[in-house]
Amino acid sequence: MRKVCTRILSIVGNVLTVRAEEVAYEELAQVSTSMGTSLAQVIRLDKDIVYLQAFQGARGISTGDEVTFLGHPMRVGFSSDLLGRIFNGSGIPRDGGPPLTENLIEIAGPAVNPAKRIIPSHMIRTNIPMIDVFNSLVESQKLPIFSVSGEPYDELLVRIALQAEVDMIILGGIGIKYDQYMYFRDALEEGGSLSRSIFFIHTASDPIVEGLMVPDMCLAVAEKFALGGKRVLVLFNNMTNFSDALKEIAITMEQVPSNRGYPGDLYSQLAARYEKAVDFEGAGSITILAVTTMPGDDITHPVPDNTGYITEGQFYLRNGRIEPFGSLSRLKQLVNKKTREDHRSIMDGMLQLYAQYREAEEKRTMGFRMSEWDKKLLKYGKLFEDNMMDLKVNIPLEEALDNGWRIMADCFSPEESNFRTELIEKFWPR
Amino acid sequence: MGKNLGKIISITGNMIAVVVEKHIIQNEVAYVLMGDKRLKSEVIKIQGNIAYLQVFEYTKGIKVNDTVEFSGKMLSVQLGPGLLAQIYDGLQNPLPKLAQEFGFFLPVGAERDAIALKKKWKFKPSVKKGDRVSAGSVLGHVPEGIFKHKIMVPFYLKDEYVIKDIAGEHDYTVDHTIARLKGKKGDIIDVSMVFEWPVKIPIEAYKEKLPPKETLITRVRVIDTFFPVAKGGTYCIPGPFGAGKTVLQQLTSRYAEVDIVIITACGERAGEVVETLREFPHIVDPRTGKSLMQRTVIICNTSSMPVAARESSVYTGATIAEYYRQMGLDVLLLADSTSRWAQAMREISGRLEEIPGEEAYPAYLESRIAQFYERAGAVRLHDGEIGTLTIGGTVSPAGGNFEEPVTQSTLKVVSAFHGLSRDRANARKFPSIDPHESWSKYKSFIKDDSVNFAKSILSKGNGIRQMMKVVGEEGTSTEDFVIYLKSEFLDAVYFQQNGFDPVDASTDAKRQEYVFSKIVKNILQKEFSFSDKENARHFFYNLRQFFIDWNYKRWNTKEFSKQEDKINKLLAGNSHAKSMH
Repeated sequence: MRKVCTRILSIVGNVLTVRAEEVAYEELAQVSTSMGTSLAQVIRLDKDIVYLQAFQGARGISTGDEVTFLGHPMRVGFSSDLLGRIFNGSGIPRDGGPPLTENLIEIAGPAVNPAKRIIPSHMIRTNIPMIDVFNSLVESQKLPIFSVSGEPYDELLVRIALQAEVDMIILGGIGIKYDQYMYFRDALEEGGSLSRSIFFIHTASDPIVEGLMVPDMCLAVAEKFALGGKRVLVLFNNMTNFSDALKEIAITMEQVPSNRGYPGDLYSQLAARYEKAVDFEGAGSITILAVTTMPGDDITHPVPDNTGYITEGQFYLRNGRIEPFGSLSRLKQLVNKKTREDHRSIMDGMLQLYAQYREAEEKRTMGFRMSEWDKKLLKYGKLFEDNMMDLKVNIPLEEALDNGWRIMADCFSPEESNFRTELIEKFWPR
Repeated sequence: MGKNLGKIISITGNMIAVVVEKHIIQNEVAYVLMGDKRLKSEVIKIQGNIAYLQVFEYTKGIKVNDTVEFSGKMLSVQLGPGLLAQIYDGLQNPLPKLAQEFGFFLPVGAERDAIALKKKWKFKPSVKKGDRVSAGSVLGHVPEGIFKHKIMVPFYLKDEYVIKDIAGEHDYTVDHTIARLKGKKGDIIDVSMVFEWPVKIPIEAYKEKLPPKETLITRVRVIDTFFPVAKGGTYCIPGPFGAGKTVLQQLTSRYAEVDIVIITACGERAGEVVETLREFPHIVDPRTGKSLMQRTVIICNTSSMPVAARESSVYTGATIAEYYRQMGLDVLLLADSTSRWAQAMREISGRLEEIPGEEAYPAYLESRIAQFYERAGAVRLHDGEIGTLTIGGTVSPAGGNFEEPVTQSTLKVVSAFHGLSRDRANARKFPSIDPHESWSKYKSFIKDDSVNFAKSILSKGNGIRQMMKVVGEEGTSTEDFVIYLKSEFLDAVYFQQNGFDPVDASTDAKRQEYVFSKIVKNILQKEFSFSDKENARHFFYNLRQFFIDWNYKRWNTKEFSKQEDKINKLLAGNSHAKSMH
């Protein structure tokens, strides 16, 4: 029998309290108001007082409204019919299709046993040289895209979604604009990828608590598909909005903030989501790419900072390009030894030279005389930016490596390049 | 005696409040009974008849009025043969066993024996009837992989005892009684090969603590030569994300010249532990000829595992490390990362509504960190043998800023500081230990004067480099420019080390001494003469190329000597070269 309360004791922010017994922590309840019904989750129990967080916000809720406890935590329906569908943060269809009622699974399930994890070993090719050559994306990797508002991260996500070698895409939108949502839908439809995608979209105008559910919903579904053998790529846009939602709720709950108002468990909250990225032995995998905007382009801001410690590297999007410095794929070493023998050396060597170019460029702008060496570096930097960094470049890895040797041979003599002799003998264009 | 039970009255996150009637102990372990599941928890605060407990599992599904069963014991680990090569969670549950039983996901409320009870060990006694023993005295030993695992009198026995019975040489399971001890008051105590010890209390069953002296060779050149660590000492590695803390720890866990390595992955990525636990069984330790796993214990409480267990995982690691130190072994405890441990303390403190200190960390942060590092040390045991425990902790400072509380509290108590720099990491200079900021109070095995000379070139070179940013290359004398090139050369061929190359990843002491003395005598202290800067740059770039190639050649092989000849020829080619001294 379902427990029903008809008297709400208090309403503060999005949190309601009612008097009830035999209620479980994190159980779900349904609030029936004159505006319709909405869901709420138990977030605290104190004797017989139950604290509930209302997903749709508390606006319009009357103290006389009915609260029905459902006897289970948050769940999401799962079946292969989900492909091509679009839902909101509570799992309610946005696309006019049938609601999810069958085969319900709990979200935010237990962590994967580290002893069951395997070393990731499959590269996901994207045909973007700054990713494939310099920071290869690896199946089961979790990577944020650090960026500031105004950068083309939506375009980058769409390009990866369309070109990445995976079986399916799950897109989680948190606090995005309605037109961003439309852009993703139309772009994936045009590229013919919508039928292999599932969207969970929370827009900026939706109630904030619903946004918090999006990552868990996406990942619960992704996990089921992965266990069924699918290689799933989960895209989040954007995790800074998710963290801000956490902050808003923590402060309403009067928690002691730790750093710039964010709760002390921000790291654990983000890690619980990102760590769902996994490669299941004998089954599929989950790879996560998440846009994280940095307020004020500040990488030390708590959100990018905590994220950086959790994820396996980051792509740093700046001035419309993936920055070679600051960008890092920690797992690239696991895959780039199997591609081509010069891959690693090109990756390190070209970046070291590009770093020297940056210094030379700095000297140039300060008006110093350019030495012969500096002039070589300046030429190199320009070629590197045009043929490698530009996001328009769309070529396979091998072609990009060949381009790398050509650029270096255009600018330097072999010993200036600082490469191992064996490689120079084999690859240096003559 | 009936069970000590209580009833839950409130739940917030992973903290519950419980009403109890009988006495309870601070830090006592209790279990929340949720259906057929038993969720392990620990008492962290007592007020009147209300106990506040942190639950080591996710609290989803717990209800008010659920029963809590108190165990009467503090949070403890099992000590005995069979710990090596194991992979535990923060509470010493064997993860491979859980994987076998429960598959991909970690079950809620499952507790398994840390030490296999059925396995038999070949026990060889080393005492006889009538011998006098006390806590930590060796009763005998069993072979555990490559080690003689000493079976000791449990550390919690405080008196002196007389051996009444001792088992003969034979195979026994760990829980078999192998000795009977008779106390002064005639009390009889049965001792098996396994016993429990509370993790938060240091093991002190030794004669005296000694100052750490002997250098611990990590085979990372910049550490061993410039910022060394001593056996029994402490060091920390703070660095922003992406600076290579974990790679450095992994290299150390592989190559460090110690007997046993305990790796505590505390609140970090699961993927990083996986590399260790999947690769170590297949890597042969050149010092023993056996798999590296045989000298390793992994304590693994990664970031998506419950927070409260994260706090205890570093203590679990320290206790196991201390246990092996009691056998006269050199043990290295690597904690990655102590910041996650501190954050776990912060989360719990917040739920307890304690008054927050700096950045909301609890006021006792500093003393907890100090207590943890103080568990390191070289000790003389009762039988005269010396055991050491070295602790190396990584710190993940928020925003890469070393001024934050965890880094600062750690710097106060450690004796070596390997600060990683984001700039060096961005320039792909690994290990990214910042040579200008790092320090060590321990002695290197290389003579002070050459180390100091190299350091002086480094700091001069850095000064010139800064100056050149202002006055440009044309405003710098060739002499200064050469010093700058020397410092860059030292950095490129000695400080930087390719952790992914089978040869360059580890440089032993002999090779370090040889190569370093060559660099100092034949290059850093040499006065070269060049017609112009372009000429100098060309020479040093060539030299660098030859040295990097040299680094990839195996020690004492034909290729090694051939490459060295090439270097010598190049050096001799600069005919004006003469010694500065």
